[in-house]
Amino acid sequence: MSLALTLVALLIGLAICWRFLGSYMTAVFEGRVRFLNSVERPIYRFLRVDVESEQSWQRYATSMIVFSGVILTVTYTILVLQGHLPLNPQHLASVNPALAFNTSVSFLTNTNWQNYAGETTMSYFSQVMGLEFQQFVSAGVGLVVAIAVIRGFANRGKPTIGNFWLDLTRAVIYILIPFSFVLGVIFVAQGSIDSFAGAIHVHNSLNGVHQTLASGPVAFMESIKQFGTNGGGFLNANSAHPLENPTGLTNFLSILAILAIPVSLTYVFGKMVGALRQGVAVLAAMALLFGAWVGLATFAESQANPAVAHAGITSQPAGNMEGKEVRFGPPLSALFGVSSTMTSTGSADASYDSFTPLGGFALMTGMMLGEVSPGGVGSGLYTILLFAIIAVFIGGLMIGRTPEYLGKKIQAREVKLAGIGVLVMPITVLILTAIAVATTAGRAGPLNAGPHGFSEVLYAYTSQGNNNGSAFGGLTGNTPFYNVTGAIAMLLGRFGVIIPALALSGSLAHKKVVPAGLGSFRTDNTMFVGLLLGVIVIVGGLTFFPALALGPIVEQLSHGRFW
Amino acid sequence: MTTTIETQPVREGHGVAQRRSLFDRAVLRHALGDSIRKLDPRVQVRNPVMFVVFVGTIVCIAYSVRTPSVFVISITVWLALTVLFANFAEAVAEGRGKAQADTLRKMRSETSARRIDRDGSEAVVPANELRKGDLVVCEAGDVIPSDGEIVEGVASVDESAITGESAPVIRESGGDRSAVTGGTKVLSDRIVVRITAERGQTFLDRMIGLVEGANRQKTPNEIALTILLAVLTIVFLPVVVALAPFGTYAGAPVKVVVLVALLVCLIPTTIGALLSAIGIAGMDRLVQRNVLAMSGRAVEAAGDVQTLLLDKTGTITLGNRMASRFVQLSGHTEAELASASRLASLADETPEGRSIVILANELFDLGAEELPPGSEFISFTATTRMSGLDIDSRMIRKGAADSVRHWVETMGGSVPLELDEVVNQIARAGATPLVVADGGQILGVIELKDIVKSGIRERFADMRAMGIRTVMITGDNPLTASAIAQEAGVDDFLAEATPETKMALIRQEQEGGKLVAMTGDGTNDAPALAQADVGVAMNTGTNAAKEAGNMVDLDSNPTKLIDIVEIGKQLLITRGSLTTFSIANDVAKYFAIIPALFVVTFPALNTLNVMHLHNANSAILSAVIFNALVIIALIPLALRGVKFRPSSAAEMLRRNILIYGIGGIIAPFIGIKVIDLILTATGAN
Repeated sequence: MSLALTLVALLIGLAICWRFLGSYMTAVFEGRVRFLNSVERPIYRFLRVDVESEQSWQRYATSMIVFSGVILTVTYTILVLQGHLPLNPQHLASVNPALAFNTSVSFLTNTNWQNYAGETTMSYFSQVMGLEFQQFVSAGVGLVVAIAVIRGFANRGKPTIGNFWLDLTRAVIYILIPFSFVLGVIFVAQGSIDSFAGAIHVHNSLNGVHQTLASGPVAFMESIKQFGTNGGGFLNANSAHPLENPTGLTNFLSILAILAIPVSLTYVFGKMVGALRQGVAVLAAMALLFGAWVGLATFAESQANPAVAHAGITSQPAGNMEGKEVRFGPPLSALFGVSSTMTSTGSADASYDSFTPLGGFALMTGMMLGEVSPGGVGSGLYTILLFAIIAVFIGGLMIGRTPEYLGKKIQAREVKLAGIGVLVMPITVLILTAIAVATTAGRAGPLNAGPHGFSEVLYAYTSQGNNNGSAFGGLTGNTPFYNVTGAIAMLLGRFGVIIPALALSGSLAHKKVVPAGLGSFRTDNTMFVGLLLGVIVIVGGLTFFPALALGPIVEQLSHGRFW
Repeated sequence: MTTTIETQPVREGHGVAQRRSLFDRAVLRHALGDSIRKLDPRVQVRNPVMFVVFVGTIVCIAYSVRTPSVFVISITVWLALTVLFANFAEAVAEGRGKAQADTLRKMRSETSARRIDRDGSEAVVPANELRKGDLVVCEAGDVIPSDGEIVEGVASVDESAITGESAPVIRESGGDRSAVTGGTKVLSDRIVVRITAERGQTFLDRMIGLVEGANRQKTPNEIALTILLAVLTIVFLPVVVALAPFGTYAGAPVKVVVLVALLVCLIPTTIGALLSAIGIAGMDRLVQRNVLAMSGRAVEAAGDVQTLLLDKTGTITLGNRMASRFVQLSGHTEAELASASRLASLADETPEGRSIVILANELFDLGAEELPPGSEFISFTATTRMSGLDIDSRMIRKGAADSVRHWVETMGGSVPLELDEVVNQIARAGATPLVVADGGQILGVIELKDIVKSGIRERFADMRAMGIRTVMITGDNPLTASAIAQEAGVDDFLAEATPETKMALIRQEQEGGKLVAMTGDGTNDAPALAQADVGVAMNTGTNAAKEAGNMVDLDSNPTKLIDIVEIGKQLLITRGSLTTFSIANDVAKYFAIIPALFVVTFPALNTLNVMHLHNANSAILSAVIFNALVIIALIPLALRGVKFRPSSAAEMLRRNILIYGIGGIIAPFIGIKVIDLILTATGAN
């Protein structure tokens, strides 16, 4: 499929999702979808949830932290005890504690950074009960936090922001499980595998080579991997592997699935705050940023690979083919890459390390802008709303009024919380990168020297700090240093944003709504979209420009020009 | 005859508000000293942005002592200047207030008072020994020693010291005109005043405190902005700190002094340096217009106001009704009616009466204003509700329709049928009909109209464009109110208003989330003034009203409420615009400094040197110098406030983003390049 055709199909697919998945999700979180009541009830009874009672933001956040703590402990235990647990036909050994910690944090935070090769490290039990389970609930947590934040904007003087247990249960059973099941079935039909029978051993009698083909429950992990913007695949090669991503159709569906929920959440936002235009404005900002980055990456990857050209092969009509799957080629790989890095998914159908410096720059900056276009499941929306608060504050002042967003006054507390939420990620990424390049343990990681090596380290922390999980490659990440510092980056990047976002929601929830008038700052027009984009790009740009200058920018410029 | 009369333009530059040029020499001299005094770390730490610059400067001083070079010392000097410039901006803003306070203080000193002691004897005591509840006597020529209330007598008082208004005002015991202010002068008669303020708590004391900004507290929006600026400062710390190991790893170690320079250039120093000056100047702009805000919070709230409650009389209309038309009944001429009306009004000293004489003279030139001999004036009483003139046996009366009709009937005259029609027609148009009768005959009707101030309609249109709803408050009946409301162009009106209905209206608006502003002067306005988000009390009003409101208008000009709203908005806009400008500046500074840092190691990075700056040192120094000079360059803007034109939010935003956002990106590219050229030309590199 050509890029243009793919984009058109994607646009149509997303429009349908936005309208219908959007209104379905709205109905789910407003409690209007109840066909699985018989499944819900026993869960609530088991968790002793009072279905009627709503929580303050503090209780909501506490529930979320308690839940995350339990899940983290369970996954970690499964991984370190893997050797003694069932469903381990390969007889894989238990995972070492540092890697187990990094991995369980990685799946808890919806990052899915993988310092291991799935097929040679994880048993089927670990993959399904540990990691795949987390892929559902971590996406669920992101989703419900976004809903709780929306409620903060939508509430008129009511201090509670919903019930975490109720929201999470509904997110998983009404949204994540049904859709990924359908998607999984399509993947199986297209040739992906799903089996507990163990690896397939092939003996080629002609040349005497013995081959082991990794197998396992791949397809259904694949669907939630994309739909939940997780990104952690069963197999090391991720979506470049034919058993994970067998055909052009599955490649297309992967991209669609990645973008579906983050895009549709803008509809939910608009509906729940009572003005669909507000959601459209946020979507427009996301779409413009996304479009620009797709353009940049596709352009970059359609160029000849400068290193290959240097070696004497100047004619590269297909563009930069290094590290690309022949099935997909540079433009579609660039589209996949941007979709994956701008959504905190991090799956890959090509080698990102082999992208041109400009292409790598696009992927890296896609994350550095805070994963908001459209961002991960839930996280994209709540993060862009933090940026929106800052945009509203600065813009609102310029019209001579105490700034207000959706009728809620933005005052010291809101500015503080939005500021923290926006800053946690860049500060974490920069400081950890600085520590890595300043210490022996950190310097041992990168494969390459010079700016590219620096890019590898910077990319690793950017990916983990943004809960993306995509890997630039080249970095030896499975060391105690990178496992532990990476886990810290992922935890801060996740909860350092969620907690201020929930606090913000609580602070907004009990505020009165100021009626809009001619003198109000409008947040549903082109001007606001421009201002929001400006704030996102300027905050991201100003914080990462020096680091980028020493990595991909200088690398690209060394080839003679930036474009 | 025109029905509108020019409104008094808002006066500036009297009384407290000595108009000062933006850079008064005395103020500047004082400010220079203050900028050094403000180097005290305890002062610096209050402003997080400038504190970082302050600490950075100290680091650089230490560095230049250890490894001195022209470059390092230049950077250090310019960083120190950045701190001083910020101090200077604040000191200039404060200095303007201090100068005004000094004028007021002179007024307070050395007044003595004639206190009446319990036994009735008088004692002369210094004014500052007076206690609340003391009684003092003031006679012509005395300065009233402290704030108080007249308990006995009536006097004309010169309040020009406080208000700048040279015409004396009448103050008398009882009612809404009994309050006197310390520092004002009795011109005639004798009054006994009960002191109502404790020492140091008088209006004058409060005014001194306010203009001086002695106990200035940060306002809610200023706090929110300070937090945003702190956030923007904190984020650049790791950016710059991390650059040290990044540089080392890349084989291009960066000097500490350069890191400090980069940090100072990136953090929002422009707005950080000017923020408090903007706030002080905002209060000062109110003082210039003779309005005293009791808190900065009130000024900010004024910018947020969505509903303005305006008293009809004095704000929308000139206080009085004026004769605008004679409508004769059939069988009589207009001249006949005008002549009778004039005679009936000649001795009538009310403004309405005078306006009838003027109108009659204008239309028919009826000659000198003197009463015919043998005439006797019949004055208005609440029972007759008529006034007029008896000339020998001829009896002329003017008054409310019912009363005159009744009087004519008792005189044995008949009431023409068309009278009702004319009277109703005038009443429907919002005017007041006065029926005129000569003996048993009804001649016709005088139309008395409320005169809407000129220009007020346009002001209301501006308000509407800014999304502010104007509501006219009046005691008139709904019919009259609606006609005037329409003529003045207000959005809504509250007719037959009482203090209770006024209060209810404020509550109702506030429940809908709106902020309400109003003016008032009477004691019965006090609860509403207190309830409103912005309550402007008239200086001529009672002490209760002044206590309840959060602003006092010394000119007692209620129209000024509109100016106050605009000043509140301008204050926020200035902050927002300079913040945007400050952040937008960073883009150019990056393009100056980043290539300079690493160009030796990575020559390819020179591509980013889009300004083609001479060399690395010159690039960094130029950015630092630009950063410092832009503070000085923007002080006048901070003090004056950005240009404000009433328009819709969308329009204002577009304009300010264009000027301060886009302009903020472009300006430093030019500025830094120019400084670099100068540095190169003068051989400073």
